[in-house]
Amino acid sequence: MPMEPLLSIKNLYFTYEDEIEALRDISLDIYPHEVFVLFGPSRSGKTTLLRLLNRLSDLKAGCERQGLIEFKGKNIFDPDVVVSDLRRNISMVFALPSPLPGSIYDNLTYGLKMAGIRDTAVLEEQVEKSLQQAALWDEVKDRLHKSAFALSGGQQQRLCIARSLALEPEVILLDNPTSGLDPLSTSVVEDSLQELKQYYCIIMVPHSVQQAARVADRAGFMLDGELIEVERGAALFTRPRDQRTEDYITGRFG
Amino acid sequence: MSRQQAQKVVVAIITAVAALVVIPIILVIAFIVIQGIGAISWEFLTTMPRNGMREGGIMPAILGTVLLTFGTFIACIPLAIGTAIYLAEYAGENRLTRWVRLAIVNLAGIPSIVYGLFGLGAFVLFMKLGTSIIAGSLTLGIMTLPVVISTAEEAILAVPQRFRVVSLSLGATRWQTIRHQVLPHALPGILTGVILGLSRAAGETAPLLFTVAAFYLPDLPASLFDQTMALPYHLYVISTQVPDMPVSIQYGTALVLLLFVLSLTLVAAIVRTRMRRRREW
Repeated sequence: MPMEPLLSIKNLYFTYEDEIEALRDISLDIYPHEVFVLFGPSRSGKTTLLRLLNRLSDLKAGCERQGLIEFKGKNIFDPDVVVSDLRRNISMVFALPSPLPGSIYDNLTYGLKMAGIRDTAVLEEQVEKSLQQAALWDEVKDRLHKSAFALSGGQQQRLCIARSLALEPEVILLDNPTSGLDPLSTSVVEDSLQELKQYYCIIMVPHSVQQAARVADRAGFMLDGELIEVERGAALFTRPRDQRTEDYITGRFG
Repeated sequence: MSRQQAQKVVVAIITAVAALVVIPIILVIAFIVIQGIGAISWEFLTTMPRNGMREGGIMPAILGTVLLTFGTFIACIPLAIGTAIYLAEYAGENRLTRWVRLAIVNLAGIPSIVYGLFGLGAFVLFMKLGTSIIAGSLTLGIMTLPVVISTAEEAILAVPQRFRVVSLSLGATRWQTIRHQVLPHALPGILTGVILGLSRAAGETAPLLFTVAAFYLPDLPASLFDQTMALPYHLYVISTQVPDMPVSIQYGTALVLLLFVLSLTLVAAIVRTRMRRRREW
């Protein structure tokens, strides 16, 4: 690709407190406006990598890291990086719907308020815009001030996506966002991804190989903390170069 | 005996034991109410004692206990909640936290009369506060620290971790996360600890002995640096130190003290359910 990478991971190693090596020598460039899918068997390090990208990994004590992650050319582990700004720019959506206590409106405006934005007009505009993008506006526009927990699981997860979008991040991290959803909600979320990549870079850990194949512009296969191969989606899922990737895709293990 | 029979017997026994626990509290309250209700009148609650405290009211003692409870709140609560937040949210396991935890456990184990002596030495004499409301409040405040710290810390630790992670992931700082997610969620639990601590402080006699309480004062305290009468100490005095004391005044005083402590608990319960309802999810 000719353009500059948005995120550039360079020789990244990561070890948890219990000395288990979770990531080994990961190098990867991710570009704007792409859906990048990280797939592989469980405990292969996908979520660990995702959480490193916006430094949620800081929350676990006793971990060790080598290598760097550059976001727009700047190492995110430099001491002068403001972590809360980084997390607004690289926003995470978790595997299970995770509304905060309070109304739909409270959830959507939380990040903005924490960033110091108090102007009601701005907040309301972001609420509507983000709900539209997450394909939830029509379903909730009449009950923005009702509890977020009254929504269905699928709606809650789209609310969580909208909550991230409201921050106008540059990267959205989706950690298996459809794991708790029924097939219909899953397809709504998947469809919205194609819309969203016009505005954002999306890095996603998929629910299954099938989902990976459906949504990926490019994909990376991870196994035991290593990035085995990275390829354009179509190519990786039809003609993998590595035998282990092929074995996983064809269901011989995983 | 079959397993089913054994099961029934055990259930019956533990039910009976649990029921037994209720009996003392009912008896104590009933006894004091029956003996003391006759003494309660508007005059009893709002006038000064007369005739060597054998007649008249107990207003200065009530006022004193209210002031001391409020003073304890001021002296104890900010410190206790700050400590609880530090222990639960910021501190890892290090030497400082081990010392703080050791201090809390030991504070909880000190007999209340020792707090009284400590208050005499530290506040009344060393800090030259004199026997005063302020010295008494500080003494009660320190005594109340451990119970408030432990319950507040537990309440904070009980807040689901995912709220913290989500808040941080949305770009909130650590303090914003504590302020906007953790504390609102933990508040009912913290409040329980605060009330538990305060109602214990309100009923304490020994820490007041050398730091604030007066046997009898003809005037109300004019400032925080004055002595005051207080309900528990007054009760002790009229029960043991004054000859020919009418029994009804003794029980009346006990009833007022009991009602004061119970009303604190009641207020806490009401506020707590209100807050739970508001944060429904």
